[in-house]
Amino acid sequence: MNPTPVIIASGGANLASLCFALQRLGCDAPVSEDPELIESASHVILPGVGAARDAMDRLTAAGLTEVIPRLRQPVLGICLGLQLLYTGSDEDDAECLGIIPGQARRFPASSRLPVPQMGWNAVRKVADTPLLQGLEDGGYAYFIHSYALVKGPQTCGVADYGGVFSAMVQHDNFFATQFHPERSARFGAAVLSNFLRI
Amino acid sequence: MVVKGVQFRNHRVMGDIIELARRYRDEGADELVFYDITASPDGRTVDRNWVNRVAEVLDIPFCVAGGIRNLADAETVLNLGADKISINSPALENPDLIETLARRFGSQCVVVGVDSLARGSANGNGASESPTEPDYAVYQYTGDPNRSRTSGRRTLDWIAEAQSRGAGEIVLNCMNQDGVRKGYDIEQLARVRAVCRVPLIASGGAGAMQHFREVFQCADVDGALAASVFHTAAIPIPELKRFLINAAIPMRPPEEE
Repeated sequence: MNPTPVIIASGGANLASLCFALQRLGCDAPVSEDPELIESASHVILPGVGAARDAMDRLTAAGLTEVIPRLRQPVLGICLGLQLLYTGSDEDDAECLGIIPGQARRFPASSRLPVPQMGWNAVRKVADTPLLQGLEDGGYAYFIHSYALVKGPQTCGVADYGGVFSAMVQHDNFFATQFHPERSARFGAAVLSNFLRI
Repeated sequence: MVVKGVQFRNHRVMGDIIELARRYRDEGADELVFYDITASPDGRTVDRNWVNRVAEVLDIPFCVAGGIRNLADAETVLNLGADKISINSPALENPDLIETLARRFGSQCVVVGVDSLARGSANGNGASESPTEPDYAVYQYTGDPNRSRTSGRRTLDWIAEAQSRGAGEIVLNCMNQDGVRKGYDIEQLARVRAVCRVPLIASGGAGAMQHFREVFQCADVDGALAASVFHTAAIPIPELKRFLINAAIPMRPPEEE
């Protein structure tokens, strides 16, 4: 059966690139904040561009903070969408969805590396995940972020930016990438395609 | 259409934009910047639908520069699928614009482009006060040869201000070097690097593969932008990337055929 994914309208400006990436994989995914449509999707994608608190406010206003943790189909958080799955973020002291225990922290300003991280970085596998099926270890993905999650029990892929952080995580039916698969060339397309096959 | 000038004059048509976007995607470019040079100097509204067509074919990030004067312009371009917007002359006219855009879209979307001229150089207009301390001036309206002029700001001061106002990335175009393929302005880039804590992209002067190696190794930039040498295929991107990886500069390798 063909997947029928839905993208949650989390308020980020740039959903066009994600829609196009899914189109290239043969899926026309609606962007919606309608709980019924989201609950009936085969796969749910939670993107995120912007600040954690803004995104949480929008999800709260749409009544989705109750809906998302109860979803049983595969869910993919992208970038801020990964951080939203956790307990909270240091960004504006935002309380997040609380599906995975942990707190997003800002990259240390003391680092000589520029913050935000904006660019390509290698992703190393640290635990089996269907998202990396068929992909060589150490593939490059495109990151844009100032906050990150340390490596934890849910981490299945890491990248290094002045220290190791979670690039890919997995918890029950919840998956997430800190990078943007829709902007990560063939590596990213393969991750999205693997997700739609779960 | 994509055009490329030599020292910002005499733009030549470089081919259909979508075709070029596809070509660079397939060659392994890590990011594309589109300079909409029709948009900025004359202040007219431009058709931005090409941004959506580019977003449709690209699976790498891209930035749109030119003619973004306010929140509405930025929103249009980002909604059409651009990942970043780059502002230059409008930021010099109204520095608050950097804050406005960073607050609304996040710093990661907001690139500040800086056209900088080393004074006292062969191509410069003035004399440096001291031979050991070069002076760098920010220029504006460089898209139009008849309006191009100094903004009255010094490059290092402007970059510090742009950052503190929320710029998430700086593209430093060294005008003395632009289009002449003699190498990046390493001295200027290194001085800017010392005050620039956000990603810094070098622009202007790439003519040979060694120039790219030099700018990464000696000026510690986060990216190197070039146009002429890629448009004309004088430097094939996969070959350049293999060369840089062999020089121990970490980057995404070219994809295997």
